[in-house]
Amino acid sequence: MTDENETNIPKTVPRQSWTFSPEVNAEIRRAAATGIYDIRGGGAKRHLPHFDDLLFLGASMSRYPLEGYRETCGTEVLLGTRHAKNPIKLDIPITIAGMSFGSLSGPAKEALGRGATDAGTSTTTGDGGMTEEERGHSKQLVYQYLPSRYGMNPDDLRRADAIEVVVGQGAKPGGGGMLLGQKINERVANMRDLPEGIDQRSACRHPDWTGPDDLEIKIMELREITGWRVPIYIKVGGARPYYDTALAVKAGADVVVLDGMQGGTAATQDIFIEHVGQPTLACIRPAVQALQDLGMHRKVQLVVSGGIRTGADVAKALALGADAVSIGTAALIALGDNDPKWEAEYQKLGSTAGAYDDWHEGKDPAGISTQDPELMKRLDPIAAGRRLSNYLKVLTLECQTLARACGHNHVNNLEPEDLCALTVEAAAMAQVPLAGTSWIPGK
Amino acid sequence: MQTFDLQTGALRELNAALQAQKDDTNQKLWEVENPRGSHALAVGLDAPIDVRIKGSTGYYCAGMNKQANITIEGNAGPGLAENMMSGTVMVEGDASQYAGATGRGGLLVIKGNASSRCGISMKGIDIVVHGNIGHMSAFMAQKGNLVVLGDAGDALGDSLYEAKLFVRGEVKSLGADCIEKEMRAEHLKLLSELLKKAGSDAEPREFRRYGSARKLYNFDIDNASAY
Repeated sequence: MTDENETNIPKTVPRQSWTFSPEVNAEIRRAAATGIYDIRGGGAKRHLPHFDDLLFLGASMSRYPLEGYRETCGTEVLLGTRHAKNPIKLDIPITIAGMSFGSLSGPAKEALGRGATDAGTSTTTGDGGMTEEERGHSKQLVYQYLPSRYGMNPDDLRRADAIEVVVGQGAKPGGGGMLLGQKINERVANMRDLPEGIDQRSACRHPDWTGPDDLEIKIMELREITGWRVPIYIKVGGARPYYDTALAVKAGADVVVLDGMQGGTAATQDIFIEHVGQPTLACIRPAVQALQDLGMHRKVQLVVSGGIRTGADVAKALALGADAVSIGTAALIALGDNDPKWEAEYQKLGSTAGAYDDWHEGKDPAGISTQDPELMKRLDPIAAGRRLSNYLKVLTLECQTLARACGHNHVNNLEPEDLCALTVEAAAMAQVPLAGTSWIPGK
Repeated sequence: MQTFDLQTGALRELNAALQAQKDDTNQKLWEVENPRGSHALAVGLDAPIDVRIKGSTGYYCAGMNKQANITIEGNAGPGLAENMMSGTVMVEGDASQYAGATGRGGLLVIKGNASSRCGISMKGIDIVVHGNIGHMSAFMAQKGNLVVLGDAGDALGDSLYEAKLFVRGEVKSLGADCIEKEMRAEHLKLLSELLKKAGSDAEPREFRRYGSARKLYNFDIDNASAY
């Protein structure tokens, strides 16, 4: 039976496929047209279980809180107490993650150094060697020791306050660095001993060691060259955090840096960023468990990174057992990355403020992820450094606020018992009870 | 001459003493007895001194060397003279894998054979191997010269950049983007100088030169099978 008036027949609404969404289809068309996978910067953009899925319980009858502004809540952290003569002493439990000169402009590296120093913390080099801008403006600088060894030399090694042996990073565990030709200008090429304008694809493995037994000897060499003075960190991507942490301890690390899949990169394949590794939330407890099983928790410090945005994220990472956190993407945003004031230019690049991630193209309107001299001028390193310092101080104040509310006089006294989870997934990953229950999945 | 016995003294003590030497030191000659395969021996030196090691060494001997002339009277373990900046390192026996890895300058001479990945990621060092080299040597080699008087194993020069490779013997196979290139007069002159420095009287014209085809410098989907 049909309606007598056919014009009144309800129509089927066009339905987009969940599987073949407009975004997916656009990517298929782009791949078909160009013959190259999508490369971008940043970390995972998909929705993942994260610190937002945890809540602090706060003090009440069973615990009493500390008075804000009156009762002290310590924030200082010592990193590298296991072997180094001179451990890193940070005023705040937040450090700046490794980001390369080459990927970032010189003024951006200077701003990171200025901001970190003003806030009492360290900054970190990246896959491009140590620049004077960064060394000169960083009171405490961590020098990354990467598979590519671009710019590596014993003089810079000895000028560093700590050495970070990079085994992997959260955006691409198992992958190497990438810097496309647009950003390999004369200065970057010279620092990396490469021809100008080539697509630089760094190795994913170190050239002169394989496995933790070799790494133990490599670390011994680095200690011998630097007189056992500075801490040695080992950075791993969030893949198999229990075993990776245990093996890093075995290899002699003073500090383990654990980077979850929300951790950013200068450039790599989108498929890598979104489909390899584990969320930061899922990585922390296995790493802490490994340290505890070895009797090394708080002796070998754990620094967690990947998606840290607020003081709440900091506090939650510390409560799960980290000694400190590290930020990269958030630091760039504080400097001015993806600022809506450049919206018209983001539009010209086919993007929009907040979504711009073509950092590898070197056209960053904010002058941060670029080597273009004119774009670089847009970033005032003094003002940007001040913004970063402000942001770091806010993160610290927020973290202290939460620690005091939970009754702790030091942020490192936060503990898993201060937390509950909003979802079953987060409860399982963070190994804290689901809200309203005493149930921890798997326990 | 300064003599240090590793049977009675600690490695840290030896390295600290060697590293403490400055450009104007009058302690120019050092001899290390009983190295017993120690790792990280004579690393991070930065002075014009001669160090003679009376035996075989472990991993990373002469790592990051600057200025010093280091001689090993034996064999060397993995990572010999890794990231060397300048100076000369000579091993009278064989060298294990990764010899000269990421080296930036100076001269590494291996009188015997070198294992796999010799000159991996080299960035300006000159390496002369009197014997053979193993597979994947000069992988991602960026700058500098690798001279091999014997044979080369599989995948020589895979994904290399601007390093120059000279081999007198057989090359089992070339790696991705590595090709044989014309040996011009300037190459013969360079090779002659390197051979002389390394104490070889080999005839430069007996060598063949290999280098990058530069086809993988910028991504092209039509080269995908090479990756």
